[in-house]
Amino acid sequence: MEILYDILVKPFVDMVAAPDFFLQVVWEGLVSGVLYALIALGFVLIYKSSRIFNFAQGIMVVFAALTLVGLYEKGVPALLAVPLTLAVMYLLAMTIERVVLRPLVNQPDIILFMATIGITMFLIGFGEIIFGGENKVMITEQLMIPTGSYIFEPFGGFVSIEQKDLTAVVGAVVLVGVLLLFLNRSKMGRAIRALGDDHQAALSVGISLSTIWVLVWFIAGVIALATGIVWGARAGVSFALEVIAYKALPVLMLGGLESVLGAIVGGLAIGILEKLFEIYWGQPLLGGNTETWFAFVFALIVLLFRPQGLFGERIIERV
Amino acid sequence: MTSPAPRPEPTEPILSVNNIEVIYDHVILVLKGVSLSVPNGGITALLGANGAGKTTTLKAISNLLRAERGEVTKGSVVFGGEQVQSLSPNDLVRRGCIQVMEGRHCFGHLTVEENLLTGAFTRRDGPGAVNADLEMVYGYFPRLRERRTSQAGYTSGGEQQMTAIGRALMSRPKMILLDEPSMGLAPQLVEEIFEIVKKLNDDQGVSFLLAEQNTNVALRYAKYGYILESGRIVLDGDAKALRENEDVKEFYLGVGGEGRRSFKDVKHYKRRKRWLA
Repeated sequence: MEILYDILVKPFVDMVAAPDFFLQVVWEGLVSGVLYALIALGFVLIYKSSRIFNFAQGIMVVFAALTLVGLYEKGVPALLAVPLTLAVMYLLAMTIERVVLRPLVNQPDIILFMATIGITMFLIGFGEIIFGGENKVMITEQLMIPTGSYIFEPFGGFVSIEQKDLTAVVGAVVLVGVLLLFLNRSKMGRAIRALGDDHQAALSVGISLSTIWVLVWFIAGVIALATGIVWGARAGVSFALEVIAYKALPVLMLGGLESVLGAIVGGLAIGILEKLFEIYWGQPLLGGNTETWFAFVFALIVLLFRPQGLFGERIIERV
Repeated sequence: MTSPAPRPEPTEPILSVNNIEVIYDHVILVLKGVSLSVPNGGITALLGANGAGKTTTLKAISNLLRAERGEVTKGSVVFGGEQVQSLSPNDLVRRGCIQVMEGRHCFGHLTVEENLLTGAFTRRDGPGAVNADLEMVYGYFPRLRERRTSQAGYTSGGEQQMTAIGRALMSRPKMILLDEPSMGLAPQLVEEIFEIVKKLNDDQGVSFLLAEQNTNVALRYAKYGYILESGRIVLDGDAKALRENEDVKEFYLGVGGEGRRSFKDVKHYKRRKRWLA
């Protein structure tokens, strides 16, 4: 009975007993959740507009972060390195479209998926040749990201919020806002959504596939850079960063591959839940380190009940 | 049959298809040398049964074929005096030739108005002109104005067909390749759609090539018609002449030369004729 008490009751008693600590945990989870959501968003955009499951999204994060830091190390001022990195990401998007996607158009999805694995391998090798394999430190201060922290004192305890985390959250919200505005209000955004709905029809009205593909891969590159900066600031820049992209997989299962909203909500939910689980269940009961697998198991359970994900796009059927 | 043409037909056709052959997946020969032409400002019908190759012909012209692993292996397509086989659909829309696909193909999750606006993708003349054209489209299809904020996937079949035609109009086309506009629509709606086609042809001078199974309606609105059978043009002529042709009546309009016949006899006769041919 004691084990049941530990699983079902004690964690909640702990949460209520130390609400300030609970808030701290939720905040930490929220910050990682924001990053998962960003990466998932990169996946969703590319999937929606080209039905390609882009395995390379993770390595794009690393590549963007490496390029930024690498340029800075070569003596480029930090604030100039950002637009230069964006230019590199644009070039990358163009190259991928021209060299990989265009020749493979109309091939089965699985072939395109394999091609993105190829892109991943290429970027790993190419990145190492140019920037070397050793870890680098993200140029947080040079980018004028504040590094102090705010202390709040709710419920008589205290919660510390790092300014760079706050910057990350605010930055992500702005990025997503701009992206949604772009998708819903601009001509190009409309074309991206149209392409997601009906490929053939998009072609028939003269929407140019190459233009749109370069655009979505570039947007995925911008998101990758934002993610790379934030994650790099927390954990350093190395090829190991790539693995956080795999955290986006359960987010996608949860949110559905085609839903922008799903990616955001799914990312936040996984981020917060895995932190809570780790602190209140994982560490006392399972010896910790549950964050590596929690998201996957959670997604699996969700899939058992909702195979289309929580927010899978509504399929409109009419005859 | 000597009634004077309502307006002089320009000699130069806007579209001419010269002896094209289409192969899918490198093996399946679908069109075996199709030639046709559409006069500038004309409405031309392309008729034939299921699988005759109507849709393939249209897609060969608009170059949507390549997205389905089809290929024009012989012959040429000339639009506005220019060879266009090697252009992308995007280039072709820019030059004024746009296809409205069979089965409407609206963007289901976009609103009706957004659907219409996607038609203006290739235009470079600014939002003012695009909005003016949006008003024009709403003028032709008042029903779309009422549904402008609904998701296109939830509108009726007729509204979707109107959306698809309106979307094509937004590209300021010289020519619309219209594939089976009557499909799945009630007879009254079919009439309505064709009336609008005629109006667009009259007011805007848009030329039409329409692929139809509904021979009766198509030949009433078209000026000229081609009949396609298993990848070949078997008959062509003025719409009026085709309407009075005995074989067309028999095979496509469902009335024999000696008035109505029992279904059994028609079937029998059809079969024998096919064997002999």
